[in-house]
Amino acid sequence: MTDVSHRDAGLLRVDTDECKGCGLCIEACPPKVIRMDESLNPYGYRTARYAGAGCTGCGICFLVCPEPGAITVLRAARPRQSTAPGQQARP
Amino acid sequence: MSSEPEVTWEIASSKPASFYSTYERKDELQHATHYCPGCGHGIIHKMLAQAIDELSIQDRTVLISPVGCSVFAYYYFDVGNVQAAHGRAPAVATAVKRSRPGSIVISYQGDGDLSAIGSAEILHAANRGEPITVIFVNNAIYSMTGGQMAPTTLLGQTSTTSPRGRSAAHEGYPLHVSELLATLEAPVYIERVGLGDNKQVAQAARAVRRALENQVRGLGFSLVEILSPCPTIWKMSPVESQRWVRDVMEKTFPLGVLRDHTQAAQSEAVPIPPPPLSMIPGIVGVADAGLPAEMTGDADVPALDLQVRVAGFGGQGVLLLGEVLAEAGLDAGLEVSWLPSYGPEMRSGTSNCHVRLSREPIDSPLVTHPDVLVAMNEPSLRKFCSTVHPGGWILYNGEASPEDCDCRGVHVLARPFTQIANNLGDARAANMVMLGALLEIAGNLPQSSVDSALGRLVRNPKWLALDETALVCGRRLMREARAEVSHAG
Ligand SMILES: Cc1ncc(C[n+]2csc(CCOP(=O)(O)OP(=O)(O)O)c2C)c(N)n1
Ligand code: SF4
Ligand code: SF4
Ligand code: SF4
Repeated sequence: MTDVSHRDAGLLRVDTDECKGCGLCIEACPPKVIRMDESLNPYGYRTARYAGAGCTGCGICFLVCPEPGAITVLRAARPRQSTAPGQQARP
Repeated sequence: MSSEPEVTWEIASSKPASFYSTYERKDELQHATHYCPGCGHGIIHKMLAQAIDELSIQDRTVLISPVGCSVFAYYYFDVGNVQAAHGRAPAVATAVKRSRPGSIVISYQGDGDLSAIGSAEILHAANRGEPITVIFVNNAIYSMTGGQMAPTTLLGQTSTTSPRGRSAAHEGYPLHVSELLATLEAPVYIERVGLGDNKQVAQAARAVRRALENQVRGLGFSLVEILSPCPTIWKMSPVESQRWVRDVMEKTFPLGVLRDHTQAAQSEAVPIPPPPLSMIPGIVGVADAGLPAEMTGDADVPALDLQVRVAGFGGQGVLLLGEVLAEAGLDAGLEVSWLPSYGPEMRSGTSNCHVRLSREPIDSPLVTHPDVLVAMNEPSLRKFCSTVHPGGWILYNGEASPEDCDCRGVHVLARPFTQIANNLGDARAANMVMLGALLEIAGNLPQSSVDSALGRLVRNPKWLALDETALVCGRRLMREARAEVSHAG
């Protein structure tokens, strides 16, 4: 298991080489699951980092980010197994 | 927890395919843009690229980049690209759209570019209802040059040229371009959006997509003005500048749709295809000029790809020489361009022209490396001899090319053409003797096309007869010169 929770509908990836640390994604994220990393990337920018859980996959961080490839948002392909354990997840 | 099924992840949002994978502007930093952190241009680029992806128009999109911070947009968008002179993007977009009606043409401009130096171009493009898409990035300042006042600068806003803040008394009021354009009849869609918060950004993305979709559907002129942060020049953090758009800028520039005639335009929209080649003689009024079969489009177009520079004194017939050549090419069904370049004097001074003939569409009418240089005097020879393509020809009006002229790697035909023409009856026919020599090089151009071009351009029968004789003489001089070369070799 990684730190990615199975219950999340979304997952954020930040390419730290492309991020310029503007912070717009952090401001935009509705559930506030993006943080600014303390360390600097090779170009001297602090970079955005996913807090590890809670992403809804809404995609707004992608839209407000000025760098073309800094942000990738993923969504769970199948609905998560929820309240009825044992039941087959359906697409 | 092992009872939970494996989650597979799908990409929901990632770098749009309409961006290049790497940007070759510099050796380093090939994956990041040149924009400052938090710059609105980057956000707008992304919306635009995403809309191009969604509409599947990448392979027919042409982006016109402006002068301003977004001057390098062509390094990022993997589409057709043209970079225009300051403010001229709508004029360039007009040309591209009209010559390639099937293309999707985007004029991308800053507020300095569009509302100051380019105010005439945008006004007339909108008034003509050019069916293009304009992305108008308003950050209320000249950013690239370091923060001078723009026509869109807010009252009270400081800039390097309004250091105490813009005042209506001194600098006038902020120009509301979108409102101005919305008074015109032709535009079909004008909307002002902002990048002030999530909701605004989402609306901006929808507007950009709509403005592009309107063009795909052939509806007409569409413009989206986007209030866009410039953290660097505004001297604010990216988040502060975003808020400034929403809390301050928007008060001067209210958001909303200023024009929406898309419904009405839809019923009239008929994308205009270019006329078939066979109709062009009729359209330009030369239908009864005895055109050869080539013009009807079914005969073979001659194989020819020629770039010519003609230069001399004004009055030597430089432009006419080029015109006859271009007209003859047109007559033969070729793509042609003829670009004159001369000073203000009509009879003295120097003049030159660029001529291209090709079976393929011609991208630029400029001829920087001619296959053939026709130098009608010595200054022209000196000026252009080093530009001639290796293996090409120089036709020089003189006994011999001066010793200090570097004509290595090219063929030279130097003859006293003025003298020769004088012997034929008039020194002013030297241009046609030289054209005759040139036509021998462009051997594939049918004589019938040359005849009809000459007949259209030279109306005086006395001159026509002399020019025809001159052409024959020039052809002979070139054939003799070539024979000499092959004998010698
Ligand atoms: C003919 C000409 N005049 C002036 C300039 C100098 N110049 C370069 S960018 C610019 C203003 C750009 O401002 P804007 O269009 O608002 O774009 P931004 O940089 O803010 O994105 C000016 C005046 C130029 N390059 N060419
Ligand atoms: S996709 Fe939405 S929830 Fe997930 S990190 Fe981005 S803004 Fe936050
Ligand atoms: S918006 Fe983009 S560039 Fe800015 S901090 Fe977030 S990931 Fe980095
Ligand atoms: S100066 Fe302003 S407009 Fe130019 S790149 Fe920087 S933030 Fe963007």
